[in-house]
Amino acid sequence: MKLGLAAAVVLALAVAGCAKPHQPQTYVVTMADMGYGPTPASVRVGDTIKWVNNDIFQHTATAKDGSFDVDLAPKTSGTTVIDHAGTIDFYCRYHPGMTGRLSVAG
Amino acid sequence: MIRMTIAAAALALALPAAALAQAAKPNDAQIAHIAYTAGQIDVAAGRQALAKSHNKKVLDFANEMVRDHTAVNNQALALVKKLGVTPQANPTSAALEKAAKAKQAELAKLSGAAFDKAYAANEVAFHKTVNGALQSTLIPDAQNPELKSLLQTGLKLFTEHQHHAEMLAASLK
Repeated sequence: MKLGLAAAVVLALAVAGCAKPHQPQTYVVTMADMGYGPTPASVRVGDTIKWVNNDIFQHTATAKDGSFDVDLAPKTSGTTVIDHAGTIDFYCRYHPGMTGRLSVAG
Repeated sequence: MIRMTIAAAALALALPAAALAQAAKPNDAQIAHIAYTAGQIDVAAGRQALAKSHNKKVLDFANEMVRDHTAVNNQALALVKKLGVTPQANPTSAALEKAAKAKQAELAKLSGAAFDKAYAANEVAFHKTVNGALQSTLIPDAQNPELKSLLQTGLKLFTEHQHHAEMLAASLK
């Protein structure tokens, strides 16, 4: 009986969760050893990317479409709020061989 | 193979033949000295560009060289201290320094766009040469795994800088 109630609550919460609009998420993308770490698989408009520079070098996360440009000294972090959908390629202005890609859903 | 590469690197830098004749397989203390010297040379070249150039792209690039090579050299100093190794002067680093001094004197005579172009071209050549030396000699010959790992970071850095220097040189044409 207790189990049934718990299941019902979980189900109700799940349904409520689906009905709600997208809750903005924050994803971390690291910079280390002259490269970017993995990017999140599912980014949506309104989500935040927190760039964390763990490297000994200064790096940027610069969108090729100009939508963001975060310049980070070693051991610092910065954030970008994603404001449009689509594929956003980014690179480091100082080390142009450092590249990454975000695939943003609407 | 190693001899050939050192010869090629020496040619690119116009090293004196006497330095070549003495070039033998370097030990870790010598490797650390060569890598550190290469970094210092590029920091000095960057400072020269910062003092002489008025081109924003060149100044940005020079700032990056000073910043990155200082960062990696600070890591190198911390590592040799930790390992209790004293970097050892050797003919290769002496030849590198000599060639760099000559280049610095040559660049000192130039100004404006002529300086910018010559600096960018030399940055491409210098990074290419050091990359070659890291790949063919310094990394394979390094015995200590931490030194090897730092040199590999150095190779990534120099490769990125070469790429950036090539873009800079192309944009100045």
